[in-house]
Amino acid sequence: MIDIGIGHYLTLAAIIFLIGVVGIFLNRKNIIVILMSIELILLAVNINLVSFSIFMNDISGQIFTLFILTVAAAEAAIGLAIIVVYYRNSGTIRVEEIEKLKG
Amino acid sequence: MITDIYYVIPEIFLSLSLMFLLLLGVFKKEGSTIVYNLSLVFLIISIPLILNVPSNNTTLIFNDSYKIDYLSNFVKTLIIISTIFVLLTSSQYLKSIKIFNIEYPILILSSILGMMVMVSSNDLIVFYIGLELQSLALYVLASFNRDNILSSESGLKYFVLSALSSGLLLYGCSLVYGFSSSTNFSQIGFNYDQSIQGITFGMVFILVGLAFKISAVPFHMWAPDVYQGSPTSVTLFFAILPKIAALTVFIRFLYSPFLELIDQWQSIIIFLSIASMLFGAVAAIGQKNLKRLAAYSSISHMGYALAGLTTGTNQGIQSSILYISIYLVMNLALFSCILMLKKNNKYHESIEDLSGLSRNHPLLAFSLLVVLFSLAGIPPLAGFFAKFYVFAAVIEQSMFFLAIVGLMSTVVAAFYYLRIIKIIYFDKEAEKFDTDHNLGLKISLTITTILILIYFIYPNSLIDFVSKINLV
Repeated sequence: MIDIGIGHYLTLAAIIFLIGVVGIFLNRKNIIVILMSIELILLAVNINLVSFSIFMNDISGQIFTLFILTVAAAEAAIGLAIIVVYYRNSGTIRVEEIEKLKG
Repeated sequence: MITDIYYVIPEIFLSLSLMFLLLLGVFKKEGSTIVYNLSLVFLIISIPLILNVPSNNTTLIFNDSYKIDYLSNFVKTLIIISTIFVLLTSSQYLKSIKIFNIEYPILILSSILGMMVMVSSNDLIVFYIGLELQSLALYVLASFNRDNILSSESGLKYFVLSALSSGLLLYGCSLVYGFSSSTNFSQIGFNYDQSIQGITFGMVFILVGLAFKISAVPFHMWAPDVYQGSPTSVTLFFAILPKIAALTVFIRFLYSPFLELIDQWQSIIIFLSIASMLFGAVAAIGQKNLKRLAAYSSISHMGYALAGLTTGTNQGIQSSILYISIYLVMNLALFSCILMLKKNNKYHESIEDLSGLSRNHPLLAFSLLVVLFSLAGIPPLAGFFAKFYVFAAVIEQSMFFLAIVGLMSTVVAAFYYLRIIKIIYFDKEAEKFDTDHNLGLKISLTITTILILIYFIYPNSLIDFVSKINLV
């Protein structure tokens, strides 16, 4: 058995974070996927904070996580609302067709 | 502990008043006018409340997580005053494109509440909450004209990129917390250990997130689209308020927890500053839309404001704050002019529409002339002094390369400002614009133009205020 230390948690968080960032930039299909990628980024941050907090015996990291969770929920709600408004106007949420503003 | 409350009375007052306005708006039918006027009244009341907070020496409250000092009070006053002007200028515009709803002043109030929390935060958690309170309201404001495809698209773009930047910033926060074992700014600086690279890594992420918020190159790509698509009054709000708040947060981060890391962040900020100045100047040349042009001009102005921060001295911070104060006056004047370009209840925002403006509307043309000359930095207008202070601070630290690049990009930028002036004064005249502007718009254009014009007579009045900011 290997000992699971803080390095493993940080690597996991870094991988999830990278998946989130790459998901935003490589995604050409759907805005919902972007929303999911943003959630992934925030979750990676939460993993980071909780593991740091556990390994340092310091509670403020877990408090920070609770704040991030609530804010992420609010952010997702507003994001979905904006997507609905956009869909009503344009009839599509495909990323490559969002190009009215250019120049 | 309970005496700490006295220091945050302005914030408490603003949050209570915005909740009251929300209730009023729900229960009163057709209440948008009264909510709008009441929000102005509340904003005016909050100015003396802020000035009443003692700010001569730095006070840390709520377990050192909230910092009241001269900088925070100065910036908060600046934020409130410019919000009053934004509300004064925007009512007629909102009415004519039929989005004069109760939510508008309420969203603006909640976003400036977030900014006020941001500028006096001394803790990562408090800072993050303030930042999100500000940006959540801004997402909605960008897509406020919800039946318009451009507005909703700009809201969407702003949401995606801003959420991404918040994510990057948070990742940086988590690393900084992990490697310094504290979320408190003073503790982070105290626990800093030269041998650990983690904090530097986290700091870079935080700087990237903040650079997104003030639209510094290479994180500027959202700005032109969002500026063009949002309703013009919201663009005005975007162009000034988040920038003041984010620049102050830059100062808070760079000069309190990361002051020891100045060797690392100095080169990053110099790069951001040079890239913004040059890109903003070059990319604005081909623009046809006035709001898009304002976006590129604000990108390059942010470059100058950042140049002041690179120095690591008090003089540099003061020059940056001075720059941003003058920048907000100039942008208020520019957008008041844009909001006056109305023909048969339709707003025009293309540069060609300005053609021959001087013959039909000499006063409006003159104020545009003053504003554009000032934005280009031509003496003796206020914009020249703003650039002068920044470059003086930069040259003081013998960073000649930065100063030379900055001056060169001023020359490039002067081209597109002068082109607009040529169109206004020498091209053949187009149809007349309407002249039935409301009082608020006229007042704010007059005040801002006069401020820009006469700044050189009393330059010390602003310098006296700013010179009390001493952080290093």
